[in-house]
Amino acid sequence: MSANFVALAYLLAAVLFILALKGLSSPVSAQRGNLFGMIGMAIAVLTTLTITQNVIYIILAIAVGGVIGAVVAKRIEMTAMPELVAAMHSLVGLAAVLIAVSAFYNPVAYGITQPSFFSQAKPTLYLSSRIELFIGAFIGAITFTGSIIAFGKLSGKLGNKSLRFGGQHWVNLLLGVAMIGFGIAFCITPAWTPFLIMLALALLLGVLLIMPIGGADMPVVVSMLNAYSGFAAAGIGFTLNNNMLIIAGALVGSSGTILSYIMCRAMNRSIINVIFGGFGEGVAAEDVGAAVQKTYRSGSAEDAAFLMSNADSVIIVPGYGLAVARAQHAINEMSTLLLAKGVKVRYAIHPVAGRMPGHMNVLLAEAEVPYEQVEEMDEINNEFADTDVVLVIGANDVVNPAAKTDPASPIYGMPILEAHKARTILVVKRSMAAGYAGLDNELFYLDKSMMIFGDAKKVVEDVIKSLQH
Amino acid sequence: MGVDPIVTNLTVFVLAIVVGYHVVWNVTPALHTPLMAVTNAVSGIIIVGAMLAAGPMQIDVGTVLGLLAVMLAAVNVFGGFLVTQRMLSMFRKKNK
Repeated sequence: MSANFVALAYLLAAVLFILALKGLSSPVSAQRGNLFGMIGMAIAVLTTLTITQNVIYIILAIAVGGVIGAVVAKRIEMTAMPELVAAMHSLVGLAAVLIAVSAFYNPVAYGITQPSFFSQAKPTLYLSSRIELFIGAFIGAITFTGSIIAFGKLSGKLGNKSLRFGGQHWVNLLLGVAMIGFGIAFCITPAWTPFLIMLALALLLGVLLIMPIGGADMPVVVSMLNAYSGFAAAGIGFTLNNNMLIIAGALVGSSGTILSYIMCRAMNRSIINVIFGGFGEGVAAEDVGAAVQKTYRSGSAEDAAFLMSNADSVIIVPGYGLAVARAQHAINEMSTLLLAKGVKVRYAIHPVAGRMPGHMNVLLAEAEVPYEQVEEMDEINNEFADTDVVLVIGANDVVNPAAKTDPASPIYGMPILEAHKARTILVVKRSMAAGYAGLDNELFYLDKSMMIFGDAKKVVEDVIKSLQH
Repeated sequence: MGVDPIVTNLTVFVLAIVVGYHVVWNVTPALHTPLMAVTNAVSGIIIVGAMLAAGPMQIDVGTVLGLLAVMLAAVNVFGGFLVTQRMLSMFRKKNK
């Protein structure tokens, strides 16, 4: 097939990828968008097949990978989406590294060499190709190992703590400088030794960069690695002078960057702060113990059922604790019963309510909660003051009024769901223990608040029972 | 004076970032997880680079690494699009 035709087919694929992302502006158009994405990918792959040899082997490799991907996509639990996404980032990173190594092994095949002055000598890589190869390889390597660490943390295999040691930033800086140094050495004399040392340092750096981040910052890490994986693909596009790869990689890169920014804003933290500072350790512990014994009111599931069925409007604030307790289906059943009694029920979602951006929305959608009932923080925050009952379930820090009132609080300035403005606040919790950030929550001690202790699923099921009477 | 390919590449890259910026800000927050899953699939486009790496007739280290990369990227392409499809089909309107 002619090179022009191939390039035009790639252009079509790139446009379809843009439409795939554009479709996600609403749940109505999203499925069609996804279909556009699939068509774009099919066009890209089929077109490429016409210009390569070893077609049988390639199809075989696609089949093996495709079956693995399809099975995982079918089986994965929605609570485990962050792990899956992290694992997929690492695959892109590793693929980028493999391609870079392959391209350096056999540069003639990519047409990125210039003829040597001495006709017998091996042709050498263009300087620009060396730079592109270096950049593509190191971003891929950092994405690969960084995502493996993120996967380990999210799946609980590594523990979700942030692991750090003294002088870590200096070690990272030193490694980073050394990596760039060997990269430059490679650009000057393209040889295996500097290339492989540079790769090894980048792999190590990926581990060390993600190791110290943990806990509440994981949504930022996942988004950040999403951006890296895109830039790794774009880097390979630079190496191979392939515009479609550059466009697709840039789209993914800007998507990941924007998501990182949104997550940081939702926690009132800067990306620098996430990368270099731990959260929820040491900072918070001080005043929890010192606090005077404060009094709170506690009630039963029956009380909660009574209050909610007599309310005009109820807002449910779900947190990740809801998903951990597997109470999503029960909560939908409860809100259906309330709706049947004429109560207006809505859900309020904080941007960091799950373990990745938009995670809670997917968990509620899986439980068949209609998406019209689910509102984002900015949409619903003005309505808490006019709401009779707020049910906080499995959430804590995202409704902590200290973020607005107490400048000494580590979460001061973080945007919160203003549950404290409602007429009555019901909080379902296992015990009075502090939340993810290790902070006490004034909301629990308000006169209009009532604590309902117990497992989220059990409590909701008890509420359902009394609503049915 | 000819333009170095790296400059053309950079032009395309910067324009695509601008497009991405505008498109992604329009994505509704409720669909941020599907967004990430579909971008996983889209970054699987690296499969094209992998196929070119696996392409040369002569089978050697370079082509074998390429084939391995094809397989890894295929996991992303299929896994990413299918899991996105699965998630999106869960988002539904009020019960009929």
